Amino acid sequence: MTATATRPAPPRRPRARRRGISRQTREMWVLMLPALVPVLLFSVGPLLYGIGLAFTDARNTRVHETSFVGLENFGRLLTDDEFWSSFQIGAIWAVSVTVLQFLAALGLALLLNQKLRFSGLARVLSVVPWAMPPVVIGLMWKLVYHPDAGLLNDLLGTEVNWLADFSLALPAIIVVGIWAGMPQTTVVLLAGLQNVPKELYEAGEMDGAGTWRRFWSITLPQLRPIIVAITSLDFVWNINQFGLVYVLTQGGPGGRTRLPMLFAYEEAFRYRMAGYASMLGLAMAIVVLAVLGLYLWRQMREAK
Amino acid sequence: MRRVPQYVALLAYVAFLAFPLLWLLSTALKTPQEMALTEPTWIPREPTLANFTDAFGEQDLVGASVRSLVVALFASVITVVISLPAAYAMARYRGLVNKIAIGWVLVSQVFPFILIIIPLFMILRDLDLVNTLPGLVVVHVTFTLPFALWMLQGYVRAVPPELEEAAAVDGAGRVRSIVTVVAPLLAPGVVATLLFSFISSWNEFMFALVILQDPEVMTLPLTLVRFTGPEGVARLGPLAAASLMATIPSLIFFAIIQRRLKSGLMAGAVKG
Repeated sequence: MTATATRPAPPRRPRARRRGISRQTREMWVLMLPALVPVLLFSVGPLLYGIGLAFTDARNTRVHETSFVGLENFGRLLTDDEFWSSFQIGAIWAVSVTVLQFLAALGLALLLNQKLRFSGLARVLSVVPWAMPPVVIGLMWKLVYHPDAGLLNDLLGTEVNWLADFSLALPAIIVVGIWAGMPQTTVVLLAGLQNVPKELYEAGEMDGAGTWRRFWSITLPQLRPIIVAITSLDFVWNINQFGLVYVLTQGGPGGRTRLPMLFAYEEAFRYRMAGYASMLGLAMAIVVLAVLGLYLWRQMREAK
Repeated sequence: MRRVPQYVALLAYVAFLAFPLLWLLSTALKTPQEMALTEPTWIPREPTLANFTDAFGEQDLVGASVRSLVVALFASVITVVISLPAAYAMARYRGLVNKIAIGWVLVSQVFPFILIIIPLFMILRDLDLVNTLPGLVVVHVTFTLPFALWMLQGYVRAVPPELEEAAAVDGAGRVRSIVTVVAPLLAPGVVATLLFSFISSWNEFMFALVILQDPEVMTLPLTLVRFTGPEGVARLGPLAAASLMATIPSLIFFAIIQRRLKSGLMAGAVKG
């Protein structure tokens, strides 16, 4: 079959021969247009506008003269203690949720791959958190953590106000983060496990490799591309998390769970500092891209 | 016998995953009196559905559900209608535009929402769309579009171009071959994408929080959050009941695509 024949034979249209561009290119643009217009207007446009705003003193009000201030917002960001504490909380949150989520999901995926009895129940349960609206997950865990009517205090025999405690609030929401994000990771890892060729394990067994050895030398290397992909995605999702934590704590107590996105939201929509909040978003985007780039680069080098 | 540790581990996972869900269910079925007990009970002594009826009476939950439904329906249908031709183009013509489109899908995952939502809010305010449902529909369409596009182009790619050629050889015009040959094969993928977009919109919280500020126009997630006022323990029952009801559409969705999940994550969408 020739290259041209892989495309459906085009019926002739009178307008087709008018200009130099090939008919096909024009057809492609026509097909793209309905999606392109909203993407440009409401997504690419705002993104560029937002990056631009980061270098202005824009206020989120109708009556305000916006002027270009260069890197002033960035300077302010560097000296803003509240930002740094929020950044630190965000880093702790994103790294610990991503890592723990991954470890927990890997364990569960390995168990589910063993064809144990009752694993059907675990399989269904492991998808349920995925199916729940983030707001409902937040509200549900609020009930669990509730100081009076909550389950946790009853189980542990404690009287702790989990989400209002300065040192316990962050670990408490990290647990929720793990619970909420584990299903996706488990499903993806399980799919990966099922694609590892059985022959490898048989060969390993013949060579006298024990369970542990087979895990290290066969399972992990085979899963590697999937692990890299899902942990990268999880990290991005976690660092940009907003809804779940907003519902649980609104960033409290005393800003102890104020993730960067909550901080930016407050700056933008409570204090109306649009320019400053945009710079905050831009800085976070750069940090995320840098971390992701470094991680992917290292993984690719090791894989070679 | 050597499987015992594995069963213990599995049990621990099941407990961790299930206990918040059971607690939510238990709370939804309790009477306010039982809720106020100092020793919380696992199994409600007098299970009641009163919380469900109460929930409907409070905070305009019915109105919020209807609004969420309307927004999700419009957003999902519009998303699929405008992304279908583009997905077709992405799958059938390779080239620079195709690469840019895929690049955009990836970039849109990485950039924090805040960078987009501030200017978007300003644009919508200038268009007088803040505090309106059409405004939210526009936003939901834009933010579901990349993933919907990604899913759909995977499904289109799974339909062999040879089929279209065969139809062309038989004398069918371009449009006719798409309608009679491609469309039926694409239908399951379109349904899956429609459902995905519907659920994304139904569950969405952050954009709604920014764009809808009047209680009269709030969608379900926002109204649920307003439930958790300072009124305390008495309202936890209706809150739990309302939360359960808000989950039903997503549960139906996942029940439908369960089989797909088992055979890997959206296999149709990932296949290059």
